[in-house]
Amino acid sequence: MVQRLIRLGTTVSSLAITMFGLVLVTFFIGRVIPIDPVLTILGDHARPELVNKLRMELGLDKPLPVQFWIYLKALLQGDLGRSVMTTNRVVDDIRLYFPATVELGTVAMIFATVAGIPLGVLSAVRRNSALDQFVRVFSLVGHSIPIPVLGLGALLVFYAWLGWAPGTGRVGVGYVGLTPTVTGFLTVDALIAGDTEVFWDAVAHLMLPAGVLAYFSMAYISRMTRAFMIDALAGEYVITARAKGLSPARVIWRHAFGNIAVRLVTVLALTYAGLLEGAVVTEMIFSWPGIGQYLTVSLLNADMNAVIGATLLVGFVYMLLNLLADAAYRILDPRV
Amino acid sequence: MLTRRTLLTLTAASPILASGVFRAGEVRAATPKGVIVMAKQIDDLVSGFDPAEAYDITNLEVVPNLYRGLISPDAADNTKVVGDLAESWTVSKDGTAFTFKLKKDAKFPSGKVVTAEDAAFSFQRAIKLNKQPAFILSQFGYTKDNVDDLIKAVDAETLVMKLPAPVAPSFLLFCLTAPIGGIVEKATALAHEVNGDFGNGWLKLHSAGAGGYQMVEWVASDHVTLDANPHSGKPDQPRRIFIRHVPDPSAQLLMLQKGDADIARNLTPDLLKKAYAEKDFKVVSSGQAVSVYLAMNQAVPELQKLPVQQAIKWALDYDGIATNITPNMYSVAQGFLPPGLPGGLTDRLYKKDVAKAKQLLAEAGFPNGFEVTLDVPSSAPYADIGQAVQADLAQIGIKVTLVSGEMRQVMTKTRKRGHQLALLAWGTDYFDPYSNSQAFCENPDDGEDGKLKLLAWRNHFVDKELNDMSLAASKELDNDKRMAMYREMQLKFAERAPFAMMLQKIASAVMGKGVSGFVIGPQTGFTQYADVRKA
Repeated sequence: MVQRLIRLGTTVSSLAITMFGLVLVTFFIGRVIPIDPVLTILGDHARPELVNKLRMELGLDKPLPVQFWIYLKALLQGDLGRSVMTTNRVVDDIRLYFPATVELGTVAMIFATVAGIPLGVLSAVRRNSALDQFVRVFSLVGHSIPIPVLGLGALLVFYAWLGWAPGTGRVGVGYVGLTPTVTGFLTVDALIAGDTEVFWDAVAHLMLPAGVLAYFSMAYISRMTRAFMIDALAGEYVITARAKGLSPARVIWRHAFGNIAVRLVTVLALTYAGLLEGAVVTEMIFSWPGIGQYLTVSLLNADMNAVIGATLLVGFVYMLLNLLADAAYRILDPRV
Repeated sequence: MLTRRTLLTLTAASPILASGVFRAGEVRAATPKGVIVMAKQIDDLVSGFDPAEAYDITNLEVVPNLYRGLISPDAADNTKVVGDLAESWTVSKDGTAFTFKLKKDAKFPSGKVVTAEDAAFSFQRAIKLNKQPAFILSQFGYTKDNVDDLIKAVDAETLVMKLPAPVAPSFLLFCLTAPIGGIVEKATALAHEVNGDFGNGWLKLHSAGAGGYQMVEWVASDHVTLDANPHSGKPDQPRRIFIRHVPDPSAQLLMLQKGDADIARNLTPDLLKKAYAEKDFKVVSSGQAVSVYLAMNQAVPELQKLPVQQAIKWALDYDGIATNITPNMYSVAQGFLPPGLPGGLTDRLYKKDVAKAKQLLAEAGFPNGFEVTLDVPSSAPYADIGQAVQADLAQIGIKVTLVSGEMRQVMTKTRKRGHQLALLAWGTDYFDPYSNSQAFCENPDDGEDGKLKLLAWRNHFVDKELNDMSLAASKELDNDKRMAMYREMQLKFAERAPFAMMLQKIASAVMGKGVSGFVIGPQTGFTQYADVRKA
């Protein structure tokens, strides 16, 4: 019990220290970038008196450490400040944009896992067969093509030529704003509202961007699975299991796969974290109003409250998933 | 237990399952009837939709669709103005009092008629709020202390605007065509007032104007939705305008081809070429009052010499850049007033002449040239233009090092006068020559605390004659004389100002199948959505 409490304490404090470091670094990078935030708000034609007034209002005339202290104090009260770009509180913006990324990332993750793991396993079991070669080339291609090319290519084929998928955005124009926002996940909200038309339209809009992201991530998952599996299949316990006359399927899935599951959890957690960081380019191409797009636009506008807010969120998600992977490790493998 | 067989079956079936889901979206490909969907990059939008504050390219286009002003530019002749909400107006002989008679039939979405009281309130509000575009009105001498006395409603249909000092009548009238001249419904604005903000917080996200449309929703970097003003008097206008943020130009063209968008706004030259080739599409374009220029900071000793400035101007291949780098996007324009703007200069004053440039450079004492840096925004087409400038100047011996950065980074640097050469663009603030003549020619105080830190100040350009001419032209009551003054100024400017005026922006939009009536004007705010029709 005591040991557990100590472990929890260490985890929480290391989380806090990491987050503080993230705030510190982002804040100072944000303040030294050679872009004037006042310029973003007032434009290039701004009159000097307005520039000075706004600079004072934003507290930009104060020394950097003072600015940081003010920001930190507000942050500890849960206040991330206001975004100059959207005029909203950054917290509200995150509530608005992050669910879009989570929805896209989760669907992509499900696709990537469902396709990537079996392909990796099959590839390892049939090592050097035609199937293995195919899977390796297929996943290598997925990982090597730049996302813009993949995204535009997918739009061209499935949207423009075949007409199977709808185009950009989260939902068709006619359906925008029809369902009230409850969770922020459009598909879920549509179901809550009982609007199946919106639901299917949102699902259809998810397929292409999620597919592109999934293909990219699947490549990594299947390669890792394959490598782990090859390793596992050479293990003595597998040879023993085979010698005992167990069916090949049982040997592969129960014994070998069971053993690599622990390591795979980390791969999956990191992949998911990567997807939630906001697949910036995918979001740009598919006009997906997610956190990646939010982060990029606010960065180009020197909208530092928004940038720090989004960065903290991404960092937090990353660490959280890492912690969860660690926890899963312990559950799956009591030796750790 | 998942066997290999089930797995293979599932894998084989997945494309079929997926295509089933894909098909769910296929049925609804075309845009809804009566709704115009515009694919546009709108992430520049920062300051919201209050006419007293809007100052980004996107909202400067949207706001005139939400609000009507007293005056609008004449669509047939951009150098003239016509009444919009104003039926007629008279100017006192000394040029210090304007009396506007308002039309009786213009209505706000609430159904109430636009009155002179609303107009007076709108101008007073803009001055008192003192947001970024307020200078367009305050430059006539209005302050928060005198505006209530100077701008008054005499009765429901008569508005009197007095001026503390005489100005060119056309100058004031053109300034009233800017979005800040949009008339706000007083009752609605005041109903949403918080802490004496005249409803500014609310009006950033809503609207209270007599324009063709009213604001429904703005989600930053995603979409803007506008619904028709039921009292606009145009019963057959599109009932809804939906502007979707599509940053990728190729995705915009795809949407147009599939019928998911009716108008695409940001196609690149190569995509425009494709759009021109499609018989169902209509491309509209217009030169705009946005100039691309090369600035030479006078803090750099070499660049102070007039022959060096002229050598640089003679070295540039204006036509080569326009034809090869920016076809359909920018054309050559060499005055500080681009064609289309009143007083716009169409003359060609400079062309590439290497021998002449070299000779001028030798005269200045640099027969072997010198080294200099050029700050260039990394985005298209600036990066390519920057390289062309580098190559052109290399031919006369000037060795240019390109310093590439984000657009706002380059702006930040030039505003602190930290550049040597810089390539940038400048768009006029309002549709009157004074906006640009002030920016390029006036620098009454070159000190660090100068009151006017515009382009002349940013490049340490002090020229008393041009400075005074600019001021004089803003006060010239006779319009023909006034335009002649701008012409003279531009010729002097071309000869001796440290700016090489290079190009003028051409804005293009592509209308999809069955769409018509979209017009782009020489100024962002001239685009009226209510005129668009869809078959």
